[in-house]
Amino acid sequence: MQVTNKLTPFFENLNFERDDNTMVINFGPQHPSAHGQLRLVLELDGELVTKAYPDIGYLHRGIEKMAENMTYNEFLPTTDRLDYIASTSNNYAYALAVEKLLGIEAPRRAQVIRTMLLELNRIISHLFFLATHALDVGAMSVFLYAFREREFAMDLMEDYCGARLTHSAVRIGGVPLDLPTGWLESLEKFINRLPTDIKTYEDLLTANRIWKMRLEDVGVLSAENALSWGCTGPMLRGSGVNYDIRKEEPYELYSELDFDIPTSDRCDSYGRYRIYMEEMKQSVRILHQLIPMYAPTAPQLMAHAPQYISAPKEEIMTQNYALMQHFVLVTQGMRPPVGEVYVPTESPKGELGFYIKSEGEPYAYRLKCRAPSFFHTGLLQEILVGTYIADVVTIIGNTNIVFGEIDR
Amino acid sequence: MRKYTPKDSVQAKSYYTDRFWVAPQMPKFEVEAGSQFSKIVTALKKYSKESYTQLGQLIIHINKPTDNIAVLTILKEKFGYTMCSELSAVDYLAKRGEFEIFYQMLNVTEALRVRVVCQLALGSAIESIVPLFKMANFAEREMYDMFGIYINNHPYLKRILMPDDWVGHPLLKTYPLQGDEAASWYEVDKIFGKENRDAIGPENRDPANVDRYDTKRFSRVGYEVPFGADISGGEVAQPIEYSKTVMVDYQKEQKELKKRR
Repeated sequence: MQVTNKLTPFFENLNFERDDNTMVINFGPQHPSAHGQLRLVLELDGELVTKAYPDIGYLHRGIEKMAENMTYNEFLPTTDRLDYIASTSNNYAYALAVEKLLGIEAPRRAQVIRTMLLELNRIISHLFFLATHALDVGAMSVFLYAFREREFAMDLMEDYCGARLTHSAVRIGGVPLDLPTGWLESLEKFINRLPTDIKTYEDLLTANRIWKMRLEDVGVLSAENALSWGCTGPMLRGSGVNYDIRKEEPYELYSELDFDIPTSDRCDSYGRYRIYMEEMKQSVRILHQLIPMYAPTAPQLMAHAPQYISAPKEEIMTQNYALMQHFVLVTQGMRPPVGEVYVPTESPKGELGFYIKSEGEPYAYRLKCRAPSFFHTGLLQEILVGTYIADVVTIIGNTNIVFGEIDR
Repeated sequence: MRKYTPKDSVQAKSYYTDRFWVAPQMPKFEVEAGSQFSKIVTALKKYSKESYTQLGQLIIHINKPTDNIAVLTILKEKFGYTMCSELSAVDYLAKRGEFEIFYQMLNVTEALRVRVVCQLALGSAIESIVPLFKMANFAEREMYDMFGIYINNHPYLKRILMPDDWVGHPLLKTYPLQGDEAASWYEVDKIFGKENRDAIGPENRDPANVDRYDTKRFSRVGYEVPFGADISGGEVAQPIEYSKTVMVDYQKEQKELKKRR
């Protein structure tokens, strides 16, 4: 029994030795495979996990509280810090929820750019997943390869918005900037190259004996359990439920695009890994279709809604009324109608939805961010039981959780 | 006269309000006859007081918060709403003395969404929906942690994001945005003990706080001093030195290699 004192307070205390041959081990919150700040208390019988208790909250920053005390436009850069691996998906999910609340729609060119950025972010996020997951399982070289390609994708993001990680590349009502010259050519070069790179990863992993031994029949999740635990994205599709919000409840340009939703009936980590690989190929396919859609669009980038959205810069600098509107919108913030919305989007990790309750004030009355990783972490307490300690890291890596959006 | 500040909400307020401004409402639509939504509305008639659709989602306000299990069971078993994607609360204590709790449901086969809304009076608890949806295990814990709403029959009702012994529930409108007395002593008590409060002093929890004379945690560019030095008398400007980027000239090295060979 450990002695409780001021430097080892009670909540850190764990009874490591027990009478009944089980052992309690503490995993994290600082652990290279914890994907951030996950603390996991495991009860072991030999090498078998008999109880698992995920403990979160080590990255809690009160983002939902901040949202209630910031105007709608002020809050947008904060959403970058949710799922920081794919910031644009968060920016977009938030912007879309506010747009639905306001009842406005982004112009066509903004939609093309947003969809491009969303898919590019999906690739960035999936490459990151593949790299870290492979590294957790022990495949070092895949990490290096996948990070190389991710670098090219992040260069594209940097060329567009100047940031590599916290993009804030989407605004409420559209996008702030047009594509720079030559960006589409760079994008095309990247997506022409990516399929060969994906083939490299697949050659390294898909039929690899060790990889299959580590992933096959590990982290088995039935469809019923996946639905009950609120799993979405690849976690749900890996259990044979074909549900992708891009297809089922299309937003942006997804209804015009031709792409497939990969699913797997294997219900294990290997099936989910295959889904991630296939989704990257589908994102490449979507990006190929989006490039020719850009040229025929009109150059307008932000929706025309003077009550909520500032006029373009040229108008602000030349027209008195536009300047006045801009001044009011910047100093006071927009006042959306009274109402509530819940808008789901398909982020790389699953269903990312924003519930916004507005009372007609410039501050949201309540904002709830439905983050996919939060529910995937909750699932760990069931899915880890009955597995071996060596598989715990595989399963955590395979759920693809990011702590920015779990703790918020 | 001093300006009145309401005590039941310490949230940020708009500094300019127009007395004659009437905020527009988001449009609500009647439930389309013959759709699945209208069947749900008929099935839940005795529980609900108001139902309408908004953005293609059905919103049902139910009479009593105790009906939540009955309503969600009907939705799950009769209408195929097998996933609860989100549940949480909204603080209406200042206006109406109650919380508004919503359950966001999803039907995966037909891609339909329903939001079940109920009002929970202050001081009463709500029944856990964990037997129906296991996702509520974490979501209800978060609701308890953030609002202090008690959940009946939850398997493990414990704070989730905040530490176990934290004082207050952060998403309440009355939770202070700054100057939280309990929060400023929390870590001091944990690490040094309550009896040493006088020696240590309260923790400054303002992230933008910079102590001008603290050379252990802060330094000024161009005025660097040794770690922990006393600068209350002022410090001397240091010339700023930029490090040179050392780059390997691969072309040149290659040539030299060849020469040596």
